[in-house]
This record gives sequence, structure tokens and C-alpha cells, in this order.
Amino acid sequence: MNKWFKSGSPWIWLSAGGVSISLISVLGLLWLIASRGLSYFWPSELYQFNLTDEAGAKQVVIGEIYDREHIPVSQLAHLNLTLPEGQETLERLLIKTGNRELVSLDFRWILSTNITQTTKPETLAVVERRTNGNFYGFIDHIVLDGVEVAQDRLPELVERVEQFQAEIDSLQKSDIGAINYQLERLRLKARKHQLQGELTPELQQSIDDEVAKLESDYRTLEKELMVFRDKIARDQLVMRAMDGQLVTINFENILKVSFNNQLGVFEKTKIFFSQIGAFIVDDPREANTEGGVFPAIFGTVLMVLLMTVIVSPFGVIAAIYLHEYAGKNSLTKLLRIAVINLAGVPSIVYGVFGLGFFVYMVGGSLDQIFYPETLPSPTFGTPGVLWSAITLAILTLPVVIVSTEEGLSRIPSAMRHGSLALGATKAETLWRIILPIASPAIMTGIILAIARAAGEVAPLMLVGVVKMAPNLPLDGNFPFLHLERKFMHLGFHIYDVGFQSPNVEAARPLVYATALLLVSIIVALNMTAVTIRNRLREKYKMLEH
Amino acid sequence: MAKVSKSNRSRELKNSVAKWLVTVGGISVLFTLVLIFLYLLYVIKPIFESATVEPVTQIALTTKTETLSVGVDELKEVAYQISQSGNINFYHLKTSDEQAKNQYQSGDIALSQPLVEQGDILSQVISFGLDNKLLLTKQGKIQLIKPSFQAQYTDNSREIVPRVSYPLGESSLVIDEQDETISVLDFAMSDEKMVFVAFTQDSRLIYTSFIAEDDFSYSDSDYETNFIEISDEFTDVDEVYISPDLNLAFVRSHSTVFVYDLDDDSASLRATINPEFSQANTYLTTMALLSGGSSLLLGDNQGQVSQWFEVATDNGRQFKQVRTFKSQTNATQGEPAIRAIYPEQFRKSFYTLNEQGELNIFYTTSDAHLWQGTLVEENMQALAIAPRADGLVVMSESLNTDSVKQTLHVFSVHNEHPEVTWHALWQEVWYEGYAEPDYIWQSTSGSDDFEAKFSLVPISFGTIKAALYAMLFAVPIALTAAIYTAYFMTPGLRKKVKPTIEMMEALPTVILGFLAGLWLAPLMEAYLPAVFLLFIFLPLSTLITAFVWHNLPRDLKTKVPETLAPLILIPVIILAAYAAFALSPVLELVFFGGDMRQYITNDLGIDFDQRNALVVGIAMGFAVIPTIFSMAEDAIFSVPTHLTSGSLALGATQWQTLAKVVLLTASPGIFSAVMMGLGRAVGETMIVLMATGNTPILDWSIFQGMRTLAANIAVEMPESEVGSSHYRILFLAAFVLFVFTFIFNTIAEFVRQRLREKYSSM
Repeated sequence: MNKWFKSGSPWIWLSAGGVSISLISVLGLLWLIASRGLSYFWPSELYQFNLTDEAGAKQVVIGEIYDREHIPVSQLAHLNLTLPEGQETLERLLIKTGNRELVSLDFRWILSTNITQTTKPETLAVVERRTNGNFYGFIDHIVLDGVEVAQDRLPELVERVEQFQAEIDSLQKSDIGAINYQLERLRLKARKHQLQGELTPELQQSIDDEVAKLESDYRTLEKELMVFRDKIARDQLVMRAMDGQLVTINFENILKVSFNNQLGVFEKTKIFFSQIGAFIVDDPREANTEGGVFPAIFGTVLMVLLMTVIVSPFGVIAAIYLHEYAGKNSLTKLLRIAVINLAGVPSIVYGVFGLGFFVYMVGGSLDQIFYPETLPSPTFGTPGVLWSAITLAILTLPVVIVSTEEGLSRIPSAMRHGSLALGATKAETLWRIILPIASPAIMTGIILAIARAAGEVAPLMLVGVVKMAPNLPLDGNFPFLHLERKFMHLGFHIYDVGFQSPNVEAARPLVYATALLLVSIIVALNMTAVTIRNRLREKYKMLEH
Repeated sequence: MAKVSKSNRSRELKNSVAKWLVTVGGISVLFTLVLIFLYLLYVIKPIFESATVEPVTQIALTTKTETLSVGVDELKEVAYQISQSGNINFYHLKTSDEQAKNQYQSGDIALSQPLVEQGDILSQVISFGLDNKLLLTKQGKIQLIKPSFQAQYTDNSREIVPRVSYPLGESSLVIDEQDETISVLDFAMSDEKMVFVAFTQDSRLIYTSFIAEDDFSYSDSDYETNFIEISDEFTDVDEVYISPDLNLAFVRSHSTVFVYDLDDDSASLRATINPEFSQANTYLTTMALLSGGSSLLLGDNQGQVSQWFEVATDNGRQFKQVRTFKSQTNATQGEPAIRAIYPEQFRKSFYTLNEQGELNIFYTTSDAHLWQGTLVEENMQALAIAPRADGLVVMSESLNTDSVKQTLHVFSVHNEHPEVTWHALWQEVWYEGYAEPDYIWQSTSGSDDFEAKFSLVPISFGTIKAALYAMLFAVPIALTAAIYTAYFMTPGLRKKVKPTIEMMEALPTVILGFLAGLWLAPLMEAYLPAVFLLFIFLPLSTLITAFVWHNLPRDLKTKVPETLAPLILIPVIILAAYAAFALSPVLELVFFGGDMRQYITNDLGIDFDQRNALVVGIAMGFAVIPTIFSMAEDAIFSVPTHLTSGSLALGATQWQTLAKVVLLTASPGIFSAVMMGLGRAVGETMIVLMATGNTPILDWSIFQGMRTLAANIAVEMPESEVGSSHYRILFLAAFVLFVFTFIFNTIAEFVRQRLREKYSSM
């Protein structure tokens, strides 16, 4: 034993344990997020529990099983349960019962001992609604324009409403939105001319005419909208809830009616994928706790693209300077320390700097010079997507520099010398020989920068992210790309929905799903970068021999 | 030939332009870092500047009688003076504001209005708030007036128009039921109630309140009057003050202050304040209430001002002397006595005027002496602080032979951040209402006269606590993993393991934070014993496995070589963890009465937060592991092989070589890896934001949360007003973080560069 300790073998094993723990935690983390995130999309079974409580009262509970846990019996002593001797823990189920109009909480705990019967009735339906969350119950009857009709008309009616809703959405968002946007622009135009003292009566007249025309357009559109509104309000679905109450749900409020217990594995898989699709392309509902995350994906992508455009040239040029031009002097040493420090400064400091310098100082000055007509409400002097992109560009600059420089250092110097010996200038050598060879390394750097930026949240909370942006930063109104607008971000979405939303319990699956989406994007980006880098390394090795 | 040379020239040009551009681009990196540093400094700098007072205008007045009260509007464009003869005169002041109408010269009269009847003169003017003035005349008439200012806008220019209103009507107010002449009086009012405490000529201290039928802000509101006599035992009363919440009256008679509770229908003595003086022959000369009305300022004839407020003690609430303020003069001939104290309206600053006409500005919370100087050489009659505390109006009078010369002086005061001093940020401060000096961070509150508590100590402490717990967790795992991966692992396995662990670095911290807050924290609360069991089980199970493997038959050993140890250990560790969690409820039942959390709070008396330092340590540890692992692994891996070969050839074992040669050589690299990890832990925002309760407390307990500098910025920055002290202190917090990490990173980088040179020379 003593000899064994002296050989150092136990210590080697202990250090191996460090590797194992690290591996378990990485893979376990990914597995945890993946399993929790994906289960959000899988259609769950709907249960009907017949309960009898300690007092003998009977009750029916309908819903999905959300969670289960074992609790020590001693904690439930106050309930005076009659339990078999020696049983120390008890199973407790968390049931999502929905039906917010009937009960204030859409979750409830039930004790497994109270359950007398568990069934999965095939006619049990879950209605996904635009507001008020899910409704669980049995379909009692359907009312079509005041007349009761057969239940098999249900899919047809849901589809009809869906079409009208789509038209209402496009009317509201694109057409009416465009008119409002133009009205605002006209108002600002008039204000601008007024400020400059150039508001002639003719100009005022022409602006007034345009406003009048837009307003009449608006009225016609509003009428159209009212027609659609009337149409979708025509039909009703009457549901029987778990306590036998009849509840009328207007079809305009219905997104989907599904009978999960009738579905086979194949159909469930189909629904699973269509739910993933919907999650990606839909807008959020109910204060972000339901629906999709499309604006967050869009905001993240746009901000990251803008950042890439800014960071790439600077990063590459700085790397080229450090590796190709800089001499071995103290300035270069200082520069390297600057790069390391830029990488090490906490991201929140960049946020503070971005807010003070870009938003208030630069943005505020831009407003004074270019947008005096909108003051005192700021245009660029408030957090927005442009400032976020620039702030993150500084943050990710070292990533691009380090990666590009590594690529440059792997290029054999023979190639440079060859090019120079053939009479090329240094700039030509760089442009024609070095950069093309180093381009995969540059790509790696950019991809790593994108991955870093996509996951960074803290600075964005100060310089531009919001929980709910009314408009996307890119739309059909001139000038199409609105760099001053605020945007939504996947990472911030996780923080906001998981920690700031009123109903954290209900939103948790959605947070896991969002986390899964973000992690997959980032892991995929990183893997791509690593693969490119590894391939590149091998290529250079071949060049050397 | 000419063509070639021309193209050559353009090539040369392109070459030099490229060189120039690249150099500028490269140096811009350094520029960015310096810019961040300088910009942060630029925002922070104003909070450490002391106050300045500069003269703006002087107006020589034509009035001859004594001035009883002065005032100025919010924009410092119109000042007024109420003279003993009973006139209120408003004067225009010249400003540099572009929007102001510039047609007036300083001293132009904007409005002049008599306030008393013919033949009567004013004897006292008592102010409350910014613009309520109570007038007492020689003939005993009492009136409330309100000088007010209205901005009128015409064609992008602004004119301030003054006017005088009588909120309670023009007839005299009845304060004493017996209609005796009043010698000392103070009043305070809210929208519904108005309270007077007065000392009459026949030595009665009386308390009178008016209760409005609807609201005093409507003109001519009817009210109900309530007369109460407090005491008739006073022979002399020097000063009376009523707190702005109308609940307390402070009555000074010589060197004793009596504090009365003012209820709706009675007044009772609450406390008596008898200051103890160190020097004999010291007595009180004046008193004042600090903004908010909970602190009393007492000035004495030795030039000293003391601050008193109620503090919870063992014998109930008592008034205590908290701190003293003194101007710095060479005290050879003794300090001149304090003549008057002028508190600011909304902040805890106050101005003192001594008998020599010298003005001092102090701030109570930060214990700061902000300014000292003499404003006017002549005799000062009245002083008022501008509503935004950015100016002073002073009335002076000089008596040359037979002509009286009155002058109205306007000064601008720059005193934006008096509440911030080095002392207030980093040392214990005794805040109003607290039992003792303490470190407290509490930046905002709903009320106007709130005393902001800006101690950076609790949040800096939180930062260090979070970072230390994270390092405690991360360093052992990361370093052991790095040692094994770099030194013992087969190249094939290393190629897969290293990127996998480094993948963790790419994981967004918001996800780690979210898992820590919503998954790990409740899990750990439910299985608390398991967490502590793991610290024993994991090393134990590893050692047992190692021992079992050691005793395996030789042929089995060759089939499962030691190099596969990390893979062999994975199932073992998972099993051990499972065992710990399975045993957890049993342990709780046996040792902790069923619930360890309850046991900790109830039996041990330790506070327990669900989101505590343990959770943060583990979650942030995971974020730091890849940073440390990656750099330490690099350092160990690049130790020159001839060193290890030499050591092994001399008969040292693998482990001896590692401990005596490899680690020793790589130790600077390992050190720099730990520094980098520490830098990252200090600045991490999202994990601490989500996995702690963000309460700024000073407590090392592993079961309590903390608030870190970074999380504090993230929480409070969006709500802080640009340019305010709070905003600048948050920038200071960012600057502290910047400097912290700058030091860590620079040391780490230096060490690494030295190491690289050492390796290459070997």
C-alpha cells in the first residue's frame, strides 16, 4: 500500500479524475439542455386523474404531467394521510391544468396516494390559444354562426380562422405599419423645415395633402380590418372543463386543437418537427412565455452580422501589423498586452463604455447634428442595434486578431521570401500570397468571434437589447435597415423569460428550448471553426515538407 | 521602359500606403484600450472634484431698509428680495442661456409689489420649502405668501414672469387664540395640513394647526384651526423648527433643544438634547434641520456644527451626536461663532456662516468639507440657496458714513457630487437612522430626501467572495485535468479531450447562469447533503478504482491500460454521484431531522439563501475551468521533452518527474493560467446575476448570496440618470473592474512571455 502511494499512481488517477469530471460536466450539461429543450416540442400525453382526498371528496383533474418528485412523508404529517407502515417517501405530481379563466394557477400538485384512477381518454383535447394559455377539456359542441354543427367541421373552422388571422397580421403589420411610419416621417419633415426656417406655405400644403391621403388610406384599411375581425369572430367552440363547467372559446382565439392521446408515434414525430419549425418562425406570445422566438433569432443574427462587418477588417489588419510589420520593440510588446487585455476585460465594462461613449456621447452628438427634428426624443442617442454591434466588435476584436495571427505564423517564411525574391512588393505579397493562404484562419477567427458575440448578453443589456421590440430592425419601410432600433436577442431572451417573467414555472420549458437553440448555434459555429483550423494546420504541415 | 517605371512607382505607392494603413490599423488596438481607460476616467473625474463658488452678478440696489429674505427662481434668471418696509422686488438677472430672452440687463425690475398695508412694516419672514414665506408685521398681522415663477415661451425664447400669490388668502392668519404678539415662530405645511409652533410675548409655547378641507394647493381653501398650548414653563426661546413631515418640533432655549411630538390634538415632549462641549464657555448659537428633517444641526460659538439624529439604542430611540464639522482656520484667536446654518433643500449639504462673514460648505453623509471662503466683505443680511443648489443669492449692506449701500450678489455654485468622497466609498459611514456606522450600498429609493448609500465595500467584497468560491472549485479540477491531459494522456485521446473541455469556454454564460439559477439551485437545496457527500465520494471512489486497478492481474492491466483512466473513471464518478444523491434523503432523515435546510436555518441559526455562494462557486467554476485548463495545459505540454527524458533516464518515476521537473518548470505558466481564470471570475456578470440573490451583504457564509460589481452595474445602470452621482459611481465600479482585470492579465501575460523565452532558450 505504502509502495503504491510512493509510486505516485494514486495521484495520477486523481488527476485523471479531474479530466473525467470536466468531461462529465461538459457532456452532461449539453445532454441536460438537449433533453429538456427537445421535450418541450414533443406532444405530451393528456391525463385524467380521478382523485379522492383525505376527507373523501372526489375530484377530477385533467392535464399534462409536468414534473414528479418524491418527498419525505414527515413533511406531510399535517395532512394525516393513511399510509402503509414503513413508507418513507411519497410521490407527488405537478400537473399543468391550464384553463386560466377558471383557476388562477395553471399548475397544481397532486399526491399519488389520492389518485384512484388514471385514464387517457382519446377525446381529451388541448386547445392552444392566443391569450390565456392552454385549455384542457372535452369538446362539447361547436357553434357555427349561431348554429350548432357536427364536430368533424373543427379542422376546417380552425383553418379558416388561421387564414383570416394571417391576413389581419399582414394588414396590421405591413400596410398599417407602413402608413404610420410614413405619417411619422412627414411630421418630422415638417418639423425639420420649421427648425431651419424653410417651411413655406406650399411645402406645408403638400405635406398636409400627403397626410390627408395617408389618413384616408388608413381609414379604408381600418374598414377592411373590421370586416376581417367580424369574420373571425363568427364561430365558437364550447369545451367541457375538468369540473364539468362549459366554457366558450371564440375561434379567433384558437391556434390549434389537438387530441394528443389519439396520436401515434409517427404523427407525434411529425408534430414534433412542425413545433420546432413554429418555434423558430413564430412571434412570441403572452409576454414572451409562449410562442416562438423569431424576433430574437432575427435580432441576434442581424447584430452579429453587423458586428462581423466591423470587426473583420480591423482584426485582420491588426493581426497583419503585429505579425508582418511590427518590429521587435516595446511598442509591439505593448500592443500584445493591449490585445490580451482587450480579451480579458470583463464584458460588462464594454457595455458601460458603449453606453457612455457610443450611445450618449457619439449618438447624442449625431442626434444634435442630423436629427434635430426628433429631439428631445433621441434617435441614435439611445441604445440600439448599431451601438450593440460596435460594442461587441471591440469585445471580439482580440478573438479575430489571435486566430488570424496564428494562421499567419504558420505560413512558412519560404513563401514570403519566394514572393519577394520574384520582385513583388510587400503589399503584393500580402495581398496575393499571404492573405489567400491565411483566409481559412481568418474565417476561423470570424466564426469564433460570431460564436462569442452570439452568446454575450451582459453588455447588450446596456447598449441595445430589449425584452420586446415592436419592430424588427429590418423591414419594408425606407431605408429598410433601421440601425437605431432596439432589438431582441436569444441570450437576453433566456435571462428575461427565465428570471423576469411573471410566470417562471410555465415559461421554463420555453427557456430550455431557447437555450438549446442558442447552444446548438454556438457549438455548431465552434465545431466549424475548429474543423477549419485543424484542416488548415495539416495543410501547412504539408507545405513545410 | 517609362511605362514600367510608372507602374513601378504606383506599386511603390500602393506598398507604402498599405504599410501606412496596416500600421494605423494595428496601433488602433492600443488606441481602443487607452480610449476605454480614458473615457472611464473622464466620466469618473467630476465626482472627486471639490466645490467651487464663483460670483456671477452684482446689483446695486436703491432700497434703503433692511432685507429680510431673498430668493431666486430655478433657472437663476429672476431674483427677489423682501425688505423690512414690506416690499417684494423681483430683479432680472442676465444669463448666458441661449433660450433666455436677452433684452433685460441685470438689475431691471421685473415686479415690485407692496406686501403690507400703509404704515405697517415687516418684523419677520419665515421660509418653508422653496417658496413658502410667512410674513409677520409689526402690527401683528400674519400672512402666507408664495413668490412663484412661470416660464413663458415666445418664438423659441423664454421669459420668466414672477408673481406673488396668497395661498391662504390676504387676511391675517390667527395663530394664537389669545392674540398675543408672537416673538418666535416656525411653520411647516403639506397639502392638507399646516402646522405652527410659536413662542408668544407672554411666554407661552403654542402649537397651532390648520387642517384643510380639501387641499392647500387650491387657492382660498377653507380650513379648520386647532389651538394647543404646549408649555408655559419657558422663559426664553431662541429658535423653533418643525420637521417637514409635521411630526416633530425642535425648540431651542439657550443650549438645550427640546423635541416635541406633534400629534393631531396634543404635543408631548419626546426628548431633550443637551450637547456636551469639550471646552468651557461654549454655548449654542444656532440650529437648523437637514434636508429630510431627520437630522438636527447645532452650531456653537466655537465655530463647530454637530449633527444629531435619532438612533435605536438599548434604551429605545435616542438623539445622538453623530459627527461634527469645523472649518479649518488657524485657531490662535479662537474660532468665530456660527451665525447661521443654511441647509440645502434636497441634498444633505449645508452652508454655515460665521461671525466673521466666512462661508463653509459641508456634506453630512460623506463628512466632506467642500468649500471655505468669504463671499462678500460687507455685512451679509440674507442668503438663499438656488432651488437646484447651483447658486447662491446674497444680500449685503455696507454702512459708509451716512449712506446705506445695498447690493444683491449672485454666485454660481458647482457642487454636483458632494456625496462622493473616498471616505464615503470605502469606509464605514454612519447613515441617518442607523444604530452605528456601516458599509451599505443602497443607491435609490422612492423618496426625494433619501440619503443615498454608496459604499463600494459590500459589492467589492461580493466580487471577491464570488471569485474565490469559484476558484476554490475550479482550480483543483482544472489543474489536475490539465496535468493529466498534458503529461499522461495518449496523443489520440488528447486530441479529442482538449477541444471538448475547451468547448465549455464557448458556452454562453447566460446559459450557465440560467441553469445555475433555475436547475442547480433548487436541486442543491433539495439534496444539500449530497453536495457535501460528493466532496468525499469523488476522490474516494477514484482512489478505490485506482487501487483495484493496481491489484488487477497483469494481463488484464495490459488490456485496460492506465492511460484509459479518465474513461474508466467516468462511469465510476457517475455512480458515486448517484450514490451521493440517493443517500442524501437518508442522511437528512438520520442527521438533520428530515430537512438539512431547515436544520441549518433553525438549529444552527445560519441564514440560507437558495441562490448562494455554493451555487455561484460551482456555476462560475465551470465557466473558469476551461480558461485555466487550456492555458495550464499549454504550459505543461510545452515543457521541453529533453528535461523529462533526462529526469526519467536518471531513474525518477513518472510522478517524480512531473512533480519535481515538469510542474516546477511550468509553474509560471500555471500561475498565469490561474491569474487569467481569476480575471474572468472577477468580471463575470450573467452567472452571478442569475445565480445569486444580488443582495449587497458582507458575509463570507457559503449559504448566502452576494452582489458583485459587475452584476450591480448590469442591474442599476439602465435605471441611473445620466451624469448623476449614481451613474458616475457605476462607471467607477466599471473602472475598478477594468483595473483589477488589467493587473491580473498584464501580470499573466508578462509571466507567459518570460516563460516562452525561457523555453526557447532551453
